[in-house]
Amino acid sequence: MNKFTLPLIAFVALVALLAVGLNLNPREVPSPLIGKPTPDFKVPQLHNPDATFSPKEMEGKVWLLNVWASWCVSCREEHPVIVEYAKKGLLPPVVGLNYKDKRDDGLRWLARFGDPYLLSAFDADGRVGIDYGVYGVPESYLIDKAGVIRFKQIGPITPAVMENKILPLVKELNQ
Amino acid sequence: MNAPMKLIFAVLAALCLAHPAFAKEAAPLAEDPVVEKRMIEISEELRCLVCQNESLAGSQADLAKDLREEVRGLIKSGKSDEEVKDFLVSRYGDFVLYRPQVKPVTYALWAGPFVLLLIGIVVLISFLRKRSKQVEETPLSEADKKRAEALLKEGQS
Repeated sequence: MNKFTLPLIAFVALVALLAVGLNLNPREVPSPLIGKPTPDFKVPQLHNPDATFSPKEMEGKVWLLNVWASWCVSCREEHPVIVEYAKKGLLPPVVGLNYKDKRDDGLRWLARFGDPYLLSAFDADGRVGIDYGVYGVPESYLIDKAGVIRFKQIGPITPAVMENKILPLVKELNQ
Repeated sequence: MNAPMKLIFAVLAALCLAHPAFAKEAAPLAEDPVVEKRMIEISEELRCLVCQNESLAGSQADLAKDLREEVRGLIKSGKSDEEVKDFLVSRYGDFVLYRPQVKPVTYALWAGPFVLLLIGIVVLISFLRKRSKQVEETPLSEADKKRAEALLKEGQS
């Protein structure tokens, strides 16, 4: 064995390790909530302040919880994707969580960009967000029939995420 | 005092009184310095997930403010430091801890540098041993000795 072989192997291994590290997205922190039951909450609805919403109402259904806000820039990127897939009837019920927003702003935003949601829950002070470990809107949670979180998307849902991750999982969970 | 002077004084006095209203409202001081101190101690150990190189104590991100408020609430409700940290870990994951817990998934993280150091020392020692074997003692011949002495003398003069 050449005396340079070992150092070369070590060097290549180090470069490979660093290359993998550089390509990881530090914003995507694995959520400890995957596989756990949805944290319960009860907040007013966006459209109807007198009515409330609690995740318990969705028991027995596969559904998507989408955290959004009118002040959130990447939500504008994501929203058309959700609207489009909801229109095609490919999505399970989607519940919006209007996070740290003003009611008027939220309503205006939905009027302008379309409302694909079954309803939107109104989390004015962000308390629900804290229980769900939200730190960068938009975030989405796919929840199964038993009320267990199966998948979390941090950042906008792109068509690729929709096709490759969410839709196959929805299909599997609905069986 | 004449009338214009009176007016000037009145205006000045009014300005003095009005002044605090121009100042930006100060952030409310914590009602309880003990809670505040513990809150800061705990949140200095925690990462703000929005600005990931800032601690929760130092970050001005909205989420950090909310979470500090949350930590204050937990302290007031009598939770221990560990319980407060667990509260955040259960929501945001181990990544919020600047000091990772010692558990099977983090063994490599904690022990890795020491293992590498150990490997380095072993390699170094074996290398040095091998080399000291290669360097054989070769006594100077008479001719070399004389040459060396001549060179030294040359240097002195």
